[in-house]
Amino acid sequence: MTNKTIKMALLGATALTLTAGIASAESHVKGDVNACLITKTDTNPFFVKMKEGAVAQADELGIQLDTFAGKIDGDVETQVAAVETCIAGGAEGILITPSDSRALVPVIEQARENGILVIALDTPFEPSDAADATFATDNFKAGVLIGEWAAATMEDPSSAKIAMLDLNPSEVSVDYLRNQGFLTGFGVDVKDETDIGDEDDPRIVGNDVTNGNEQGGRQAMENLLQRDPGVNVVYTINEPAAAGAYEALRSVGLQDQALIVSVDGGCPGVQNIAEGVIGATSMQFPLKMASLGIEAIAEYAETGAKPENSEGLDFTNTGVTLVTDNPVEGIDSITSEEALEQCWG
Amino acid sequence: MTQAPILKARGLVKRYGRVTALDNADFDLYPGEILAVIGDNGAGKSSLIKAISGAVQVDDGKIELEGKPINFSSPLEARDAGIETVYQTLALSPALSITDNMFVGREIRKPGVLGSVFKMLDHKAMEKFARDRLSELGLMTIQSINQAVETLSGGQRQGVAVARAAAFGSKVIILDEPTAALGVKESRKVLELIQDVRSRGIPIVLISHNMPHVFEVADRIHVHRLGKRLCVIDPKENSMSDAVAYMTGAKTPPEAAVAA
Amino acid sequence: MSDTTDPGRKGQDYEQDLDKSDVSVAEFKYLHNSPLDRIQHALHGNPTLVPVIVLVAAIGVFGLIAGDRFFSAFNLSLILQQVSIIGILAAAQSLIIITAGIDLSVAAIMVLMAVVAGNLAVYAGVPAPIALLVAFAGGTGCGIMNGLLVTKVKLPPFITTLGTWSIFYALNLWLSGAQSIRSQDIDAEAPLLKFWGIALEVGGARVTLGSLLMVAVFLVLWYMLNKTAWGRHVYAIGDDKEAAELAGIRTDRTLLSVYGLAGLVCAVAAWASIGRVGSISPQAFYEGNLQSITAVVIGGISLFGGRGSILGALFGALIVGVFQSGLRLAGVDVLWQVFAIGWLIILAVAIDQWIRKVSA
Ligand SMILES: Nc1ncnc2c1ncn2[C@@H]1O[C@H](COP(=O)(O)OP(=O)(O)OP(=O)(O)O)[C@@H](O)[C@H]1O
Ligand SMILES: [Mg+2]
Repeated sequence: MTNKTIKMALLGATALTLTAGIASAESHVKGDVNACLITKTDTNPFFVKMKEGAVAQADELGIQLDTFAGKIDGDVETQVAAVETCIAGGAEGILITPSDSRALVPVIEQARENGILVIALDTPFEPSDAADATFATDNFKAGVLIGEWAAATMEDPSSAKIAMLDLNPSEVSVDYLRNQGFLTGFGVDVKDETDIGDEDDPRIVGNDVTNGNEQGGRQAMENLLQRDPGVNVVYTINEPAAAGAYEALRSVGLQDQALIVSVDGGCPGVQNIAEGVIGATSMQFPLKMASLGIEAIAEYAETGAKPENSEGLDFTNTGVTLVTDNPVEGIDSITSEEALEQCWG
Repeated sequence: MTQAPILKARGLVKRYGRVTALDNADFDLYPGEILAVIGDNGAGKSSLIKAISGAVQVDDGKIELEGKPINFSSPLEARDAGIETVYQTLALSPALSITDNMFVGREIRKPGVLGSVFKMLDHKAMEKFARDRLSELGLMTIQSINQAVETLSGGQRQGVAVARAAAFGSKVIILDEPTAALGVKESRKVLELIQDVRSRGIPIVLISHNMPHVFEVADRIHVHRLGKRLCVIDPKENSMSDAVAYMTGAKTPPEAAVAA
Repeated sequence: MSDTTDPGRKGQDYEQDLDKSDVSVAEFKYLHNSPLDRIQHALHGNPTLVPVIVLVAAIGVFGLIAGDRFFSAFNLSLILQQVSIIGILAAAQSLIIITAGIDLSVAAIMVLMAVVAGNLAVYAGVPAPIALLVAFAGGTGCGIMNGLLVTKVKLPPFITTLGTWSIFYALNLWLSGAQSIRSQDIDAEAPLLKFWGIALEVGGARVTLGSLLMVAVFLVLWYMLNKTAWGRHVYAIGDDKEAAELAGIRTDRTLLSVYGLAGLVCAVAAWASIGRVGSISPQAFYEGNLQSITAVVIGGISLFGGRGSILGALFGALIVGVFQSGLRLAGVDVLWQVFAIGWLIILAVAIDQWIRKVSA
């Protein structure tokens, strides 16, 4: 397929899923072993990269891979339909980034009862053992890294005024894990580790939601600047939100006053590190999640063995790396230049 | 009638699915006359005048205005040709003011740049005109010319629609049951207006179920039955009961009337 | 014609006393029973009064609750800034809703045109003014496409724009690769795209050109709708399309122009949004369609068409902005902000229904 036809296929598929709510399925390689990849959307570059990794690995191992995606993040119905299709299609394994950690559990149980290996990618289920395994970024660790970096970079962390730019009002696991990880890394008592905003540390100016995009990031930053124009540390859920926050700061001439940190490792985000818009970001590796997932399915089909969790965690950590051009002692990091070679999107 | 008809239709056919509203209907309107069209409910009277005014497109048949074939594809074209119609449904916009309704589609713009470049409407001029026309009709119970039409009574609305047609019609004015909702006094005014319009030389088509009114003002009566013209009768030579008998099929009209 | 008796007249017997009838213009004392009745009538004559009152009241109440932080020139100008994009979309939405339609695709057209302008100007090296002209033409084209489907194919506007929303959204994702165009790249290649983000400082207030643009868009459209024949026709069509057609309005042509104009306004919003957000994000304003409808409804424009002033939508957008800002500064959770807006919508529609009963 040329790039153009891929785009057309993508376009067609999106149009179809958007209008009819039907999961878009694309078959990739013919083989004895069937596997499914179900992502939250097929438009977010993160999932595009994930799909790329899965398709490449499936190609190599001779696995037939069907890919599905929801319309938007949170589109549970489409994902449920996709899982049911995979069960009916006799898949050996399902890789899924659940749009809702809890709502999909029943249909996942059904899949496992049918002897299918289910691996959650990126987003764990609740409880996490609803799936056979979880291959994910340690989002808490990702938060801790940028939190520690911010604390180490500031001259006087005790005078910090922190703005917290979160995802959305539903407080999904990525949202609280990154948020609470950052605060922990920065040295704030987070109280309940699954609750955003229950902290009483006076250094926190406030929380607001961004929907993970530039527009939301800008608006949330403006709102928090309203509460305290002295904000000097800005945590953001992802890099588009960080870019929006930077715009808000810049519009009032405060861009040099605040340190912005983020999580993701998308290429525009890494570029923003290089240009000093974002101070540091924690890079995650969607491609690796997917290729490890396909490997695990191949293994399971052959030997029946299921993957083991990383030590001390209830999931398999696919790694997270701090990216910054201002490294601090004691925290491993790579530069934006190095990161540009590994970034996704 | 030695003159040629100003409006002439032959063999009009209009079907709505399986319902045939017009079944080879003919129609003639002569200069300067008041032609009444009578018929039972559902006889096809409204369909006939809608075909003439461009509101519906006929399946077959031809229409001539002043001897020239016409084929209106919208009421606007008929209006531009000088045929003004008061539909049974009145065709008023409830939320718009009386003035706006009277001038819809032929608004007056302000003189000068305001009008030509900025397309600004001349509300004052339109209001004055509208007020004058309504006074002529004696519709004085209307309190404000800028009142929304929906705040008027049914009869007042009918008055507005009639005033609009009478004010702008230049060749033919068609009135589909213009007095159906009007009070005694207002009906009288409309009848006077009809005669007044005729005295200006403009022929009128009047659809009505009110036999006394029809016999009072009409020069000729077109009896419509089952989608076609049954006959045309002279009100001076026929009684109301004759007309009703023809209309309902109780009596067969004489040959001569049918031929007309 | 005169009121004097015409001797040749053939009236009926019961009409003989008609000429003696009263000829004075009727003067009714308004016999409204209660103050509520009077309010109902005032609102019927002037439906924009409701949102204006709500807006002023909301500003007052939040000024009391949240204090100076809310009632500062800076915060009020910030609200204006934050509602500017949804405000412009609401202007486009009002046009459609006044014709008794609804447009679910306004935000999708806007984002698509922002991406088109950005791709051309930032990546393809097309001069920014030309890229913007292409976006304006594109936006108008998208609107006309909606219009053709509504008038020629005779699909209901809801279904039409539900479909085109998806189509425009998919095109947007395809063109952009779901990737944002960075603010820095826009600054370097086509700063004109961010023109409406320029802010004027006036005594503590920061008014962006984008906020002024929103107000200007509303004023221009208000003029067109209220002072020109075209505008009267738009209302007439929304009121009763069949009656409008019979009264001699070219309804299809007018509708097409309304949809095209709405598309153009969306493209203008696209330009303003680049200045507002800073970058061009294909994922932004996903809820913009519904937010624009919210502003219109709260602004007292009837979803049934033909009623309400477009300025209402401006006040509607401002009310939403004031509520969000006020609740936020009062320390209310996002969740409850959403909750409050929900009730506002329901209240607005309920008031609309109540006002409409006047004529019934
Ligand atoms: N739009 C329409 N769709 C379907 N049928 C229609 C339509 N308009 C009219 N008809 C049918 O055509 C026939 C003639 O209707 P029309 O309105 O012309 O009658 P009419 O003589 O004006 O009656 P009335 O005295 O009640 O006004 C009726 O049987 C009616 O049901
Ligand atoms: Mg009729």
